[in-house]
Amino acid sequence: MDEQISFTLNVNGHKHEIQSAWLGESLLFVLRERLNLWGTKNACEQGECGSCSVLIDGRLCCSCLEMAAAAVGTDILTIEGLAPNGDLSDIQEAFVEEGGVQCGFCTPGMVVAVHDLLEANPSPSSLEIREALSGNLCRCTGYGRIEAAVRRVVEARHG
Amino acid sequence: MADLADKVVAGARTRPDGKVKVTGGFAVSSDLHMEDMLWGATLRSPHASARIVSIDVSKAELVPGIVAVMTSKDLPAKPTYGLLHADQPVLASDVVRFEGDPVAIVAGENLEACRRALRAIEVIYEVLDPVTDPELAEISPPVHPDGNLFRRVVITSGDPEIQGEIIVEGVYEVGMQDQAFLGPESGLAVPDGKGGIDLYVATQGPHQDHRQLAPCLGLEPEAVRVQVAGVGGAFGGREDFSVHPHACILALKTNRPVKMSYLRNESFVGHLHRHPARMRFRHHATRAGDLVKVEAQILLDGGAYASTSAFVASNAARFACGPYKVPNAHVVATCVRTNNHPCGAMRGFGAVQACFGHESQMDKLAAALDMDPLQLRLRNAMQTGDRLPTGQVVHVPAPVRECLEAAAAFPLPPTAVDNQDGYGLPGGAGRTADPSRVRRGVGFAVGFKNIAYAEGYNDDTRARCLLHQGRATITCAVAELGQGFVTISRQIAKAILGVDEIDLAPASTGLIGSAGSSAASRQTYMSGAAVERVCHEVAARAKQSFAQQHSIDPESLLVDGGFIVSKDGSIRIPIAHACPEPIEVEVYHMHPPTAPMDERTGQGDTDVSWLFGAQRAVVDVDLDLGLVRVVQITTGQDVGRALNPVSVVGQIEGGISQGMGLAVMEEVISVNGLVKNPSFTDYLIPTFADMPPVEVSFIEEPEAGAPFGAKGVGETPSLASTAAVAAAIRAATGLDLPRVPIRPEDIVFAASAKPLSAPQFT
Ligand code: FES
Ligand code: FES
Repeated sequence: MDEQISFTLNVNGHKHEIQSAWLGESLLFVLRERLNLWGTKNACEQGECGSCSVLIDGRLCCSCLEMAAAAVGTDILTIEGLAPNGDLSDIQEAFVEEGGVQCGFCTPGMVVAVHDLLEANPSPSSLEIREALSGNLCRCTGYGRIEAAVRRVVEARHG
Repeated sequence: MADLADKVVAGARTRPDGKVKVTGGFAVSSDLHMEDMLWGATLRSPHASARIVSIDVSKAELVPGIVAVMTSKDLPAKPTYGLLHADQPVLASDVVRFEGDPVAIVAGENLEACRRALRAIEVIYEVLDPVTDPELAEISPPVHPDGNLFRRVVITSGDPEIQGEIIVEGVYEVGMQDQAFLGPESGLAVPDGKGGIDLYVATQGPHQDHRQLAPCLGLEPEAVRVQVAGVGGAFGGREDFSVHPHACILALKTNRPVKMSYLRNESFVGHLHRHPARMRFRHHATRAGDLVKVEAQILLDGGAYASTSAFVASNAARFACGPYKVPNAHVVATCVRTNNHPCGAMRGFGAVQACFGHESQMDKLAAALDMDPLQLRLRNAMQTGDRLPTGQVVHVPAPVRECLEAAAAFPLPPTAVDNQDGYGLPGGAGRTADPSRVRRGVGFAVGFKNIAYAEGYNDDTRARCLLHQGRATITCAVAELGQGFVTISRQIAKAILGVDEIDLAPASTGLIGSAGSSAASRQTYMSGAAVERVCHEVAARAKQSFAQQHSIDPESLLVDGGFIVSKDGSIRIPIAHACPEPIEVEVYHMHPPTAPMDERTGQGDTDVSWLFGAQRAVVDVDLDLGLVRVVQITTGQDVGRALNPVSVVGQIEGGISQGMGLAVMEEVISVNGLVKNPSFTDYLIPTFADMPPVEVSFIEEPEAGAPFGAKGVGETPSLASTAAVAAAIRAATGLDLPRVPIRPEDIVFAASAKPLSAPQFT
């Protein structure tokens, strides 16, 4: 708390000045408390739940485990950046249609993780879906409808 | 009416809050913030039992950024609270009764300042020996002036002396489960500038919060408003206070908005858990396999404070015999106070523990009879018209047989087809299992529990509907936890009123009276019915008004699915346009009365209705490493009528995952009253990789008195999942495994396992 620094972060294509931050602030904290990007959630703050998932230079990360100051110079994509004009992505649409959302707490992180999965693997098997998303906890759905949402996207994208 | 129910189902829609939830725009309680707000934080006891010798806050007050530090001396009014009776201190004064009892609260300009202040508070404790063994609680020194017994429930029916030709006895144990909702306990308390306060908080029941809160704040009820903020899951864990009184007291003291939000380790002490249980059962049957008598002794550890323990004990007793014809029964369920973490409501509420006991016994009995476990269950399955051990006649559809048969009807999964790269083996991608040592097992279980509140508890709700300019606004203080009341209430209103524009007012104590808690699978059944009734009433008024405006005999008009039509067919006008003036109606709704139990015999018509559900679990077990992979779960669920099938499936899959979690991985581990695993690193919940495919059959026997026949589905899937998975693991291993969660060491070292302990029969 004693050593204060200022730096610039590139989030969802916009530059944000971070003034007088403590060096140790996590990216999750900065996104939420300093930039008011509340879509990135905080169920554990120790890398276990995935609700804070963001993409840093296209790499899926738990923002609670990343130091904000270390993310200078990267491109950070949060849930707010996935549907910037209010149009839902096909993944977001599928979550709504298939019932993949209940309380919605895990949803932003889960959507970011699905986005990452389908970038890397456009037609995952059931096992690959389960493996790839096993770092994102959901306590409400039992994952069945979320898997259905992912399949729906895969099928639609392959015509 | 049947048509209207079809219309409700046909109008099933996706969640109205779905879009805002998938884009990150939905504010859960931990996202609330205001420009000038302070943060609050809580100092908690590190001891399970201790006397507070002194508390020195002087250094904490000097921490830069700290605005207030408060202890029990600074409480404004009533120092205790509780759902059924007020035995829990807002802040501990003389003693602490569990690890986590709050001792002091602070408010500061930022969270880091608050944490520094907590570290600067000096509390001197005289540490005492905690009472942690529930079997010794009643003969130990009182943990609380109210004593160590929360409630003992006795149910006796039929002939207590009768004996069966075949008798099996078992002792079982259920570990402490956590609701493990993802959204942190959090809220924002905002002084209204007139001495009152608004609390925005993640809760299941704003009115029950309000009822307890106003006296603790020393404010008139009108000066306190509780509004449900975005709730990140609940499952029973938000029935009791978390941040509520602390945030409000700090806000009133500082006259600034105060936000509090727990980190996960504090969440594990900041809400109540599922009661751990020790149970002894003795089942008597004829040689042909008919149940003759069930004897049960169930001991529940309620921890340090009362919460809803008295009702959990009652549920454990009422459902201890399972959904079977049981002509003679003697059941005793006792819930005691200890210095362990307090326990309260969790999905299934006492019936989950009981189900693990009675279903384990049914398998044991089947083995003793050399009978197929499914056939034994079918043979004894309860039906409509049967009498429960409480003497109450089951007057509603009771599709126990149908649930079991539906779960059994799905094809069994093939063996090892998805074992590519070993991923599908127990242990998953670690590939530690040796396929030659993996055994498959199949298990069944069926359970039941009541809908809504029981034992004569005043259970009501109300809904208001305003129809104006083609728009309906529904006000009903139901806490939306993710279960989908926001969807179902709109579906009902749309089917009756025909309007597309339907707003749901916030669930706030400032806007309408209580809808009761989102608990006990009751909101579709109760508040769904209230919404149905209020919409019918609005439609009737619109008809009346239309008749008056046009000087038509109202008797010549009908309301039909959103339209007012004349019997001769010449008039057909949308309800929304039938009346230029606003129409506003509020209805009060209560279910048929229930009765208390007789203190001595447990007899009484305690319940309004029941839910039934059966599961079949298929598992693979690695005998050497004790690793379990749940391969498939199939289920037959009594839903009455599924008004929104996708969300019903979602409830079922979610409930099954929690039940499976209790079977194989979830336990709050407590040593001498101190919890050892308060994190998602050490308290494991099922991940995507753990969760098997679930196959669901709805058993739809619409229930009279329920809205469009729909029963609740919140708890049904949780009831028997744990027991079914445990049964499957026993079938795979041939071991007794009388305790859940079943850990790898329970399988590998079963031969040297210590026998479990449970109260003796009396
Ligand atoms: S909050 Fe980052 S993984 Fe849980
Ligand atoms: S929808 Fe509630 S945690 Fe996933």
